[in-house]
Amino acid sequence: MKRERRKIVRTTTWSAGPGCHGGCGVLAHIEDGKLVKIEGDPDHPWNQGRLCARCLAMTQYVDHPDRLTRPLKRVGERGEGNWQEISWDEAFDLIEQKMGAIREQFGPESMIFSMGTGRDIGAWICMLAYAFGSPNVMFALSGIACYSPRIAAVDTIQGDYCILDAAQWLPQRYDDPQYNIPECLLVWGYNIPATCPDNVFGHWIIDLMKRGTKIVAIDPRLSWFASRAKHWLRLRPGTDGALAMGLLNVIVNEKLYDRDFVEQWTNAPFLVRTDTGKLVRASDLVKGESSDNFVVWDTAGGKPVVWDSGKVAYRSAGVKPALDGAYEIGLLDGTKVPVKTVWTVFCEEVNHYPVERVSEITWVPQKDIIDTARFYATSKPASIHWGVPIDMTPAITPTAHAIANLWCITGNLDIPGGNVISRYAFDAVAYALPGAKGIIKLASKEADKKRIGADRYGPLNKFIWRAQTDLVLDQIFTGDPYPIKGMWIQACNPVAGIGLDPKRWVEALKKLDFVVAVDLFMNPTTQLADVVLPAASFLEKDSIRTWWIPLQSINKAISVGDCRSDIEINFELTKRFDPNFRWNTIHELFDEIIKPSGMTFKELQEKGWAFPPQGHPSAPYHRFEKGLLRPDGKPGFQTPSGKIELYSSLREEWGLEPIAHYEEPPFTPVSRPELMKEYPLILSTGRRSPAYFHTEHRNIPWLRAIDPDPVIEIHPETAASLDIGHGEWVWVENWLGRCTFKAKVTLVVPPWMVMATHGWWFPEKPGSEPSLFGVWESNVNQLIPMGFQGKDGLGAPIKHLLCKVYKVNRREDGEHAQAM
Amino acid sequence: MPKQCEYGLLIDYEYCTGCYTCQVACAQEYNWPAGMGGMQVIEVVQKLPNDKAYLAYLPFPTELCILCAPRTKKGLEPACVQHCMAACMKYGRIEELAKEMSKKPRMVLWVPRS
Repeated sequence: MKRERRKIVRTTTWSAGPGCHGGCGVLAHIEDGKLVKIEGDPDHPWNQGRLCARCLAMTQYVDHPDRLTRPLKRVGERGEGNWQEISWDEAFDLIEQKMGAIREQFGPESMIFSMGTGRDIGAWICMLAYAFGSPNVMFALSGIACYSPRIAAVDTIQGDYCILDAAQWLPQRYDDPQYNIPECLLVWGYNIPATCPDNVFGHWIIDLMKRGTKIVAIDPRLSWFASRAKHWLRLRPGTDGALAMGLLNVIVNEKLYDRDFVEQWTNAPFLVRTDTGKLVRASDLVKGESSDNFVVWDTAGGKPVVWDSGKVAYRSAGVKPALDGAYEIGLLDGTKVPVKTVWTVFCEEVNHYPVERVSEITWVPQKDIIDTARFYATSKPASIHWGVPIDMTPAITPTAHAIANLWCITGNLDIPGGNVISRYAFDAVAYALPGAKGIIKLASKEADKKRIGADRYGPLNKFIWRAQTDLVLDQIFTGDPYPIKGMWIQACNPVAGIGLDPKRWVEALKKLDFVVAVDLFMNPTTQLADVVLPAASFLEKDSIRTWWIPLQSINKAISVGDCRSDIEINFELTKRFDPNFRWNTIHELFDEIIKPSGMTFKELQEKGWAFPPQGHPSAPYHRFEKGLLRPDGKPGFQTPSGKIELYSSLREEWGLEPIAHYEEPPFTPVSRPELMKEYPLILSTGRRSPAYFHTEHRNIPWLRAIDPDPVIEIHPETAASLDIGHGEWVWVENWLGRCTFKAKVTLVVPPWMVMATHGWWFPEKPGSEPSLFGVWESNVNQLIPMGFQGKDGLGAPIKHLLCKVYKVNRREDGEHAQAM
Repeated sequence: MPKQCEYGLLIDYEYCTGCYTCQVACAQEYNWPAGMGGMQVIEVVQKLPNDKAYLAYLPFPTELCILCAPRTKKGLEPACVQHCMAACMKYGRIEELAKEMSKKPRMVLWVPRS
């Protein structure tokens, strides 16, 4: 009976397979233990039955003939491509022995634990690293430049992160009576084919557009949104910070901000010393006062008054703080110093960015900047959805602050249809992320002291619990201040995708004594490992998803070969490396992580998903007014002052500029005009494809058919001037290297810029060196340097470099494939 | 006698984002090899005055589209319609879909070979 052999398993997407940030509910049709079909779950509030091309291609993915299904041990030299199948026991024994020897001889910090983009892997790689004793969990991108910098930047001034509100917190979604559709949505550096970055289902924006939301598209490319936008701001890549300052300039000078909100909920009234440029602390004025407390000018009493950060209140009743102005206050030693309010200082900074100047920097016409500022500030609610270009610039933090200030000063924070505070569902957190500690942690603060970059970069001690990637790469070569001897690489492909200057990553891997790679397919990085472990796709595992909402279970539907899930692999080794590890089974660990929900993992599996109830800190709206954000239950924010900090006290402590501003990136026509002679085109990278997630899926036939070749977008006029025809192969070259792409001649890009796809390798080509699956042919990261992270260790120049483009001359170059 | 056509697909191409879901949903449903299938997505970039352009996508039902007869018989939506990320495709009777076309611009009604 065919009917009885088929079952349908309801589960949640996350991680390998669709390769996404997940959240979609799916129905996996299983017959005789095999996946025969996958469909969107029509009852699921996240995707309502919809599903992307990558997930629909899972039937070609899970049983792909190239899936790794057994642990492999290298035989012969690294990169030769000779492997021997071994059992899991042999693999675990070998790893325990090799990593144990490194720990004994050089200390646990000599092992780096390297992850790719944050999926159902982050918690478990931390679990293993921390059990081993190493604080060096590394997100392998230069400047950690993907999402966590934005989260950290917003947490720095706001205490909690926030995202576009598409009613995702409410089971009835758009129909919930609490919800309002945004009138205006700034889609800032985000392109729909990426579908679901930042834990937002991209097509929710389409749902909103159908319900009346008007779009402002901020993008150098004529993106899908740009085509349909009320305003399209075609900015020069990397100038987002200047544009945001220009928008603030219009909003401030035309008095379009929400004055009551600014006065009550931001630190705009706090006083700043004019002589030092520093915030006045209560301890400057009154003996015995705390330096955690700040000072305002009370217009009622005509004198300074202390703001008690702990009590989130003024010291006296009836204070009417001055929002603007310059005053004089007496210090403890009797000297008088001039002071200004934060708002005054903020406005002075904003006034450095008149629209004329911003237009010159960004190449956006003045009128569009003015119209956008007015449209955003006069719409209620108005929202902003931003993308990874914000992280992919060295001045990520001031840029993110400028943009975050937009929703703060217009009062669009945590209101229906605005930018809504995003907490992990039920505050259930597995591991240390920006703004959350989690239950998986290092045994001691002492062990964390060796974390690479933690001593140098403030955000790495407050929000981002990772090693700083650029410093790690350097340290592999220098051994200073301690040697790096091994790397555990999980769901991470630095040679083909996440690594900039990838040839240096190859050299680095070859310097190490022991490298383990955990993945689903062989790829250019796994080729350089000593042991390769076969990982499971999301259909082959139990797990949980808590960022952000709803709380979801991932339910095992099938098994493939001897593949094990990331948590199963790491759990076994965790127990071996840490005899004090508290949990006996994976389900016990899940139970503890989701304990704040009041459910066990089994109960969650039965439900599938769960929304936190109204009044819970992880459920919207207006939480800062209701006292739901702070542990003490007082209204306000989880910042040092309890206020949104337009002037950041943390940045001040870190010795960095405390106010939003613009910094020109390092390789632009403005900062390096001399390079323009040789490299006249702006090179932007990372154009998303609906078929691929970073380096994944080049081997999935249905998906490869959609986007068969690495392409670079080039404007028809530029192409014509270079004698390049549509579909021709071209070299893209700069001072760091060159690689080949197929020219896509299109009006989507401006004449002064080309946009290259990223993550290219060719699973059909030889895996052994020197080919490494043809990774050197079209890996655009060869044209991007490491080591240009921002002043706070975050951000990298990934979307704004310079290059030249010319035709591949087959006679001179040979077949481009053989050219290298 | 030509076959009487009853059903069609209404596409609201204002909202089609070019996500290629329809193409792969069809390939999965009927296990078509790569390069074949009942749906193909077409990209159109139209130059407009003042250095602007309009980027549009259009799902096109090919000679292999059977309007998911095996699914619709069971009361299910065609695979492409159910999974469409932008929810911009509608399956139904031609007359009813034609009526919907008068409600907004940028629509196309396909009556595939089926």
